[in-house]
Amino acid sequence: MRIDSPAAGAVTATAERIRGADILAAVRRAGIATVVSVPDIVTSDGLLWPISRDPSLAHVRVCKEDEGVSICAGLACAGRRALLLIQHTGLLDSVNALRAIAVDYGTPICMIVGLQGLEPDREPPRSASLGVRVVEPLLDVLGIAHARLGARGDEAAIEPAFDRAYRDWMPYAFIVTRPPV
Amino acid sequence: MMRRDHCLRILAARVTDQIVVPVFQAAFDWLAIKPDGLNYTAVGAMGQASSHALGLALGRPDKRVIVLDGDGSLLMNLGSLVTIAGVAPKNLVHFVCENDTYEANGGHPIPGAGRVDFAGLARAAGYRGAHDFADLDTFAARVDEVLHAEGPVFATLRVVAGDPAPQDFAALHSLEARRAFVERLRAV
Repeated sequence: MRIDSPAAGAVTATAERIRGADILAAVRRAGIATVVSVPDIVTSDGLLWPISRDPSLAHVRVCKEDEGVSICAGLACAGRRALLLIQHTGLLDSVNALRAIAVDYGTPICMIVGLQGLEPDREPPRSASLGVRVVEPLLDVLGIAHARLGARGDEAAIEPAFDRAYRDWMPYAFIVTRPPV
Repeated sequence: MMRRDHCLRILAARVTDQIVVPVFQAAFDWLAIKPDGLNYTAVGAMGQASSHALGLALGRPDKRVIVLDGDGSLLMNLGSLVTIAGVAPKNLVHFVCENDTYEANGGHPIPGAGRVDFAGLARAAGYRGAHDFADLDTFAARVDEVLHAEGPVFATLRVVAGDPAPQDFAALHSLEARRAFVERLRAV
């Protein structure tokens, strides 16, 4: 289900790390004006703190990630685009909500998911952490299209993916493999 | 104690162009009583109604959004009380039909049945108003106050089941119902 090139988001020491400001610019270009979040250490400094200080973005702090799935669904039905910014553990905790609301219903739930605990020298499926290495296969099983954000330039995929999600009413997930700078 | 269908008929008489997010048995009752409204029934997973409603309330601040939650459902998403209170949408009204059971799942008692104070939980979470109704005449006398108060406002309805309504789960989750809701909401 990954639709990016195999190299995108690759975990290499040489690739320049993705910039949070570039991710946010791409999110805005996708017409997203609301961010629903639970804090995640991978995206905290590079994304969530800047979002929380950005008056152009409405920011909804939720207690639990499945709430966020439903809030984004309600916003979508009301004609508003939103981003769900969470950690992979929260994605794992929200599988039933994603299965029902995002997949069964076909709802544009657009996610950026921090992959907490990924070793710096490994690809996600080869992580020693079960929680990390199951994320992409789980998204495949659910039928949720996904791509990685790790290296500078990966953000180019955000606007077309989220545009397509809202055009075709389908979910999409970006997996953040390295903390944005 | 009130009959749920009697409560919902009182409410239905006041609903004109509000969005209504009903769940489980309240949804079946509501759809039998008020099938032609702006009804959002596709909440997907148990407990999620109040969160869908928050998204709708944020997306359409010009519309009142009424949640008809269940007690077992709310217990699965208690954090939503805190989230909603934190966002403080003025246009959200949150009813919980408290019957102390998982009515759609065999009638087993909810944890803490008879001891949980749902209105108290909402008040403690930070809702602007919280009410508790167990008498139909009192509810009828005060329902307008609840519906027109600045939100988020919460009301427990202590109910028992009334006349059984048809249980069409497929209709609750149908693509047609979702599309119809989105199209109608766009038009109003």
